[in-house]
Amino acid sequence: MAHHHPQLNQHGELQHLLTIEGLPAPILTQILDKAESFVSMSDHDVKKLPILTGKSVFNLFFENSTRTRTTFEIAAKRLSADVVNLNINASSTSKGETLLDTIHNLEAMHADMFVVRHAESGAPFLIARHVAPDVHVINAGDGRHAHPTQALLDMYTIRHYKQDFSNLRVAIVGDILHSRVARSQIHALTTLGVPEVRVIGPKTLMPTSVEKLGVHVYHDMNQGLKDVDVVIMLRLQNERMNGALLPSAQEFFKYYGLTLDKLAHAKPDAIVMHPGPMNRGVEIDSAVADGAQSVILPQVTFGIAVRMAVMAILAGNR
Amino acid sequence: MNIEIKNGRLIDPATGLDRVADLFIANGRIIAIGAAPEDFYVEQAIDATGLIVAPGLVDLSARLREPGFEYKATLESEMQAAVAGGVTSLACPPDTDPPLDEPGLVEMLKHRARQLNQANVYPIGALTQQLQGKRLTEMAELHDAGCVAFSQVDIPFENNLALLRSLQYAATFGFPVWLRPRDHGLVAGGVAHDGEVATRMGLSGIPVIAETVALATMLLLVKATGARVHFCRISSASGLEMVRDAKRQGLPVSCDVSINHIHLTDLDIGYFDAHYHLVPPLRSHRDRDAIRAALLDGTIDAICSDHTPVDDDGKLLPFAESEPGATGLELLLPLTLKWAEEAGLPLPQALQKITSDAARVLNVVAGKLEIGAPADLCLFDPAAEWRVEPKQLKSQGKNTPFAGMQMRGKVRHTLVNGQSVYQIG
Repeated sequence: MAHHHPQLNQHGELQHLLTIEGLPAPILTQILDKAESFVSMSDHDVKKLPILTGKSVFNLFFENSTRTRTTFEIAAKRLSADVVNLNINASSTSKGETLLDTIHNLEAMHADMFVVRHAESGAPFLIARHVAPDVHVINAGDGRHAHPTQALLDMYTIRHYKQDFSNLRVAIVGDILHSRVARSQIHALTTLGVPEVRVIGPKTLMPTSVEKLGVHVYHDMNQGLKDVDVVIMLRLQNERMNGALLPSAQEFFKYYGLTLDKLAHAKPDAIVMHPGPMNRGVEIDSAVADGAQSVILPQVTFGIAVRMAVMAILAGNR
Repeated sequence: MNIEIKNGRLIDPATGLDRVADLFIANGRIIAIGAAPEDFYVEQAIDATGLIVAPGLVDLSARLREPGFEYKATLESEMQAAVAGGVTSLACPPDTDPPLDEPGLVEMLKHRARQLNQANVYPIGALTQQLQGKRLTEMAELHDAGCVAFSQVDIPFENNLALLRSLQYAATFGFPVWLRPRDHGLVAGGVAHDGEVATRMGLSGIPVIAETVALATMLLLVKATGARVHFCRISSASGLEMVRDAKRQGLPVSCDVSINHIHLTDLDIGYFDAHYHLVPPLRSHRDRDAIRAALLDGTIDAICSDHTPVDDDGKLLPFAESEPGATGLELLLPLTLKWAEEAGLPLPQALQKITSDAARVLNVVAGKLEIGAPADLCLFDPAAEWRVEPKQLKSQGKNTPFAGMQMRGKVRHTLVNGQSVYQIG
């Protein structure tokens, strides 16, 4: 059965940003280049651009995330959009209103763009299938599936520090199983031509057949980090720490937490990334997080430019 | 009424009969094939030129949603769907609300179905009270009320002791037990086959071992108790291998698959299309190939529609939150024909899986073109092409993964006990 890719319009341009998977490299590069123009611009202290003047961006967070929502909000405001933040918890669904009811109600308020965070994989696809043709949907994280803007800002960060993707070894460490960030990063890295992507973690946190995504699987962190150029640590959610998948946060830190000792196996100029928020002492040691190789704070800065770029490009595609 | 069905291509899957001949019906039964009996006078003639005259289909699993879920479907709508699909006998699982765990409920269902005077309904009784997997139901009473087998459907047993006792008690009376092998701990909230597709989509997986671990336990208990067990909806290559072995050892087991799993795999889920959210989940290509092979070598006894009407609201949700199931009664025949064509299988052999073999599993008199047998017939045009338009389905459930697909084979006329219950021009 043929499925038209739901995030591209008839010209092959981005109509929605739902996942990195299946996007051609030129579209990723276009976003990174656009972001770069915004980064250099904010250096010149120009805070607002008129690109989204008169447009309404609705931040629809069905799952709480103040950080991500805030970066989208700042990005939209820098492009002169009107921003509406909605945290939609279980209460509206308990009133019997469905996800699509919510969307149609908001559309009636003339939304031009929805930024959607949802606990279920695929929810932004369902929304994108049912919005009016001129409305854009940006996936701000759905279940375990995708977090495309996070992956794009990570790619931006890697390009910023390493320039070229084609000679890199990148390791992603931790809870791959539950991580939408890891999935989007893997697709972005392989699409942009990174020759070796590794995932490192215990077998209980490794998705079935993950090697089919084009990655090498390691269960030993020192081996997995050997000679890598980029180390991406993932957040370990609290609910994973006790019992079923891992015996304890302490044991996880001992074997998979990033310390200076373990980092020494990577290349000397390797950079360390983390999507935040960090669990210090669980997946990463403070000495690394605050150390010379950490680029975790610049990631946050780039995140705003990348989200501006995505919004600006979507608004330009009809 | 005396009926003559003229010029049809008669196919009796059980005997391999396949020839153009006339068929004669009196008092609701088939009384002659070929030449009219002496002193037979025709009250109604049905011209079946260009049509196949086959036994009415026997569907081993159709959820009618009564009692309890009438907003999803009613007995009226689903019985119409059945005969529109050429299904003249169907088994309905006990996962209604309340479940079919009391003779009164079963009698009511049988009575309602009889009043509608369409397909024959064979209720499967609940194996345990309220399907809680703890205490036995009054199986003998339920059997007297009309239950032909007993099932726990998809609901777990409290422990293996409860399963063992259920099998022992059913075996006491020789009642068949229908089991869905599914280790609930291993399913762990999963919604799609645990493989590359689920990994890419970030959907929590249901591993094949959720089926095989349960199957291993059940097979050991079959051995221990001698109970007759029918395994419902086997979905994996490994599961089929175990059933094949069990049959080789002579264990009294049989199994079925859903028609959906013969045609679809997890890849078809596409971009989170909830219409492909089924239980058991659609598995890999390898599993689908194994299902097709097991149909040919007899490991799989029957194909069922696994008809599960779900309303729109149940499907307009993120994949994992959506309600699993697909409507199927009206698609069982064309999808079986499609499989036959793809597998290069002679029609009589393919139709066995939805007529005589299914009737054998159900242990009822049906699914045959036999002199003296009830005249439950399905007359269909094997060449008629049509497109699946959910709105045009008789079933209240419009939920199908085959929407928009082209089908070949359309039912023109359905008879139950010699009475026309469905007819189109």
